[in-house]
Amino acid sequence: MPDLGKYAVSVLSAYGATFVLLACLVIWTIWRARRVARRLAEAELDMTNQRKRPRG
Amino acid sequence: MSLWEYANPARFMVLSARIVPVSGGLAALCLVVGLVWGFFLTPDDYRQGSTVKIIYLHVPAAMLAINAWVMMLVASLIWLIRRHHVSALAARAAGPVGIVMTLIALVTGAFWGQPMWGTWWAWDPRLTSFLILFLFYLGYIALWAAIEDPDTAADLTSILCLVGSVFAVLSRYAVNFWNQGLHQGASLSLDKEKNVADVFYFPLLVCIAGFVLLFVTLVLVRTQTEIRARRLHALNLRARMG
Repeated sequence: MPDLGKYAVSVLSAYGATFVLLACLVIWTIWRARRVARRLAEAELDMTNQRKRPRG
Repeated sequence: MSLWEYANPARFMVLSARIVPVSGGLAALCLVVGLVWGFFLTPDDYRQGSTVKIIYLHVPAAMLAINAWVMMLVASLIWLIRRHHVSALAARAAGPVGIVMTLIALVTGAFWGQPMWGTWWAWDPRLTSFLILFLFYLGYIALWAAIEDPDTAADLTSILCLVGSVFAVLSRYAVNFWNQGLHQGASLSLDKEKNVADVFYFPLLVCIAGFVLLFVTLVLVRTQTEIRARRLHALNLRARMG
């Protein structure tokens, strides 16, 4: 760890805030991508099943 | 093959699925190398001390905050002129990434400004135009969320994007226009005298590459998600209509 001297709090806070914001963005992006992909797969499966079902 | 063929959602999905693992991996590599190099292996600045290490976060985030809006502007113009849905969805996908970059630039700027200027915030031309850009990002994201019809939402957000571009340009050139305020000029310059010293410059370039690749990766993944969400919306509507 480098000696950050009297500015240690400022530097480490800047790095900490950036990592938190970037991590939230990446996690939110991946979580939403998976959720939407799963819902779409379920909806497409439902539609396929409805088409296969005999009418009347 | 024409560039416009990638405006086809199916082609876009195939191409972006190939790009994302590569761009994501390179982003992680560049960020780790650039930040470790910058944080652990570069000296303190003779005037700014160790606060100079904030440059590896602040400058790439600020560059992307502006350039994300420029990318949204180009995508919005393509939507308005050629009505390609993928371009409108790509602009929507870039909004949240852009606002996070703007927030990082503002927060790291405050942490840098406090010890150097003696204040967290000043109504300086560049800081103020960045704050307005942040508010435009908020408005852009809120407008997309508020309008149910996707084509109407794309039209209105595209117009908002055109208006907000004035502030994206201002936040880049505010220092040159007004030539006053606390914020220094651009850190990167083709003029060697004005550019940061080489010892800071090279790790900064690696960090910028990492941020750009991260932006590309996130926008591609989010655009894929928006395309899927629109298809899901269409399927739900069809199911409701019987």
